[in-house]
Amino acid sequence: MAYSDKVVDHYNNPRNVGSFTKDTPGVGTGLVGAPECGDVMKLQIKVNLETGVIEDAKFKTFGCGSAIASSSLATEWLKGKTVDEAAKIKNTDIVNELKLPPVKIHCSVLAEDAIKAALADYKDKHAPATSGVASK
Amino acid sequence: MGLKFPIFMDAQSTTPCDPRVVEAMLPYFTEKFGHPASRNHPFGWEAEGAVDAARAKIAGLIGARDPKELVFTSGGTEAINLALKGVAEMYKEKGTHIVTTVIEQRASLDSFKRLERQGVSVTYVPVQPDGLVDVEEIRKAITDKTILISVMFANNEIGTIQDIPAIGRLAKEKGILFHTDATQAFGKIPIDVEAMGIDLLSCTAHLVYGPKGVGALYVRRKAPRVRIAPMMDGGGHERGMRSGTLPVPLIVGFGKAAEIAKAEMGTESERLAKLRDRLQDMILSSVEEAFLNGRPDRRLPHNLNISFAYVEGESVLMGLNKETALSSGSACTSSTLEPSYVIAALGASAELAHSSIRFSLHRFTTAEEVEYVGQRTIEVIKRLREMSPLYELAKEGVDLKTIKWKAE
Repeated sequence: MAYSDKVVDHYNNPRNVGSFTKDTPGVGTGLVGAPECGDVMKLQIKVNLETGVIEDAKFKTFGCGSAIASSSLATEWLKGKTVDEAAKIKNTDIVNELKLPPVKIHCSVLAEDAIKAALADYKDKHAPATSGVASK
Repeated sequence: MGLKFPIFMDAQSTTPCDPRVVEAMLPYFTEKFGHPASRNHPFGWEAEGAVDAARAKIAGLIGARDPKELVFTSGGTEAINLALKGVAEMYKEKGTHIVTTVIEQRASLDSFKRLERQGVSVTYVPVQPDGLVDVEEIRKAITDKTILISVMFANNEIGTIQDIPAIGRLAKEKGILFHTDATQAFGKIPIDVEAMGIDLLSCTAHLVYGPKGVGALYVRRKAPRVRIAPMMDGGGHERGMRSGTLPVPLIVGFGKAAEIAKAEMGTESERLAKLRDRLQDMILSSVEEAFLNGRPDRRLPHNLNISFAYVEGESVLMGLNKETALSSGSACTSSTLEPSYVIAALGASAELAHSSIRFSLHRFTTAEEVEYVGQRTIEVIKRLREMSPLYELAKEGVDLKTIKWKAE
């Protein structure tokens, strides 16, 4: 199977590899997947507590090239978005951007899950209980 | 260095034809094009002579008493299908039970699945963590309905060589037929069907520097005389066991490949084992938590299989695939999208099955290639570990087994 140029590019030059300290204010962490399934993604966002804008994002991924590319792309897209905008990123956007073949769609699903998990973690830690209700 | 890219280190999937093999084959495409079953003119005689000579060379490589015991097929898959289904069909009055192992190749496992749907029962004996089958486990699995034991000679992923003579003795003792899938062992390590008590043996040309599209099944003619039901109906070629016009050029190539393998096996396996050991030492000495799969002292000389904790196999291959061809037990590289059942059968965690990489060397592998591939592999593993959340957690002292993973 040949990889798309974008997958190869993200694999060779992954954006935003790394970690934030979990308890830093503004940081939300998502850890999704399972080692026995061959895919684990850790995705972190650092939100400006004043503006609600994601100022930085980092990832680490155990998985195939497409999984690495999906999470790398996700961190690129997250930066500069508000928390609410970030929640709108869909796995299909990742599939289209990276031209993932059908067997790799689960990589994009996992990346979406990782985004959601990081956002949920951020909200758990930072948002007052009322605003969580209000945003629904 | 005079390295030529990409480097091929995936020789248990296929091998290049030896130029001497191609040279031997060429006349049989053009001027020597006869049909070996044409009994009444020189074209046929010439083709038949060439096939007989090739058959004798292949018989010689496995210690068969009579070249007629070899039936040409389209390759290893067909030979295995013919052996398993042919025996099951021919001996169904005698019994309907087969004993095999969990690490057989797909041609065997899928043949068994079909036979099971047809009422044959199959016992899959497990392997030990070193990849070896305990012969006593095979003994325990035998019933009064058992007609066949089928165990691969050497494994395609981890290279582990089974105790074939012991299994042969057990089969003789019980009066059961013994088939071995020798596709990976044939031409690489000594095989003697007489001394090892083998009744049926499958092999293929393309793994021993011969052409793709031809293989053979050894079917014992004496003590006992083994009979198999054919799968192909037709002109009754190959003593009625496999009808179809023989692909003479391929068979000539197969014969030449067998002749070369017999002459050069000793020096070649010694050379490859040295290169393999060098590659193994290089990697294991500089990468922590890299685990050798398969018992080290009972391995094919050209095989090396290592699981690298915390990195996924396909991503390792992706880091190397512009320059080096390897293979992995990762689910992402398999047609079934399941991780290697062979590595899983060793009792390793599923994560390590996803993380296994197979290096398989061949006749044309050079010391420079080994140095290069070893070095690059080490670099890629290190880079991917820096990117791995599992490696990070492990470094922090977290036991990965204690984490509740949220799988999709």
